[in-house]
Amino acid sequence: MKIVAICGSGVGSSAILKLNAERALERLDLEAEVIAGDIESLQTTAADAQVILTSPELVEHIGKTFADVVVIDNYFDLAELTEKLERAIG
Amino acid sequence: MPLPDLPEARVVLRAAAADWREAVREIGALLAGSGATEPGYTQRMIDVIDEFGAYVVIAPGLALAHARPGDDVREDALAVLTLDEPVRFGHPHNDPVSVVLGLAVTTSESHVGWVAEIANVFNDPSAIPRLAAATTVDEVRAVFGAAPSVEEDPA
Repeated sequence: MKIVAICGSGVGSSAILKLNAERALERLDLEAEVIAGDIESLQTTAADAQVILTSPELVEHIGKTFADVVVIDNYFDLAELTEKLERAIG
Repeated sequence: MPLPDLPEARVVLRAAAADWREAVREIGALLAGSGATEPGYTQRMIDVIDEFGAYVVIAPGLALAHARPGDDVREDALAVLTLDEPVRFGHPHNDPVSVVLGLAVTTSESHVGWVAEIANVFNDPSAIPRLAAATTVDEVRAVFGAAPSVEEDPA
């Protein structure tokens, strides 16, 4: 299982999203590799990903993908992350 | 890994900003004025938002202004700007923004440790309202888990 957290620059917000996604996965007792990346390298980083985590603002930039796109409003809300990740992969 | 220091020069409270651009310019001026970045970094933070939208508004009321590492970043740094009147960035759920963090990193790897620290700080839902209400730099440092400190010598 591979999850890619995406932001516009690949540092900062995607790193926060990756970290809190890992915490949510721990709560769910699920194993997955989570990586942080930027929109530009998405086609490579997410080629084999099952889930893309991102902001509502970035969805339109993602383009064609086979991954589930999971939109996170509040990157610090572990309850939101846990619930949405569970729905996507649980 | 502890967060980088928050010297007085990187904190401005209850500032006035007419719109998000002005808010990002102000946080960019804090980073540049305190020697963390070249002035051009500010424009790169604005360009990211122009290109990709308001995704930097990562939680209700909080924007994390940042751009990729680059030659215009001299040191890893964090700056804090709070706004007297919140401004809209254009995020569908998290507007309006009253707290802007400015992040500058020298490499993609260098900040991983303190990003975890930022997550720890803001996983507490009271952090954003406490920052928005802060009236002193020490109150801001307290939210970030740092002890109040005497004014540092600008290195």
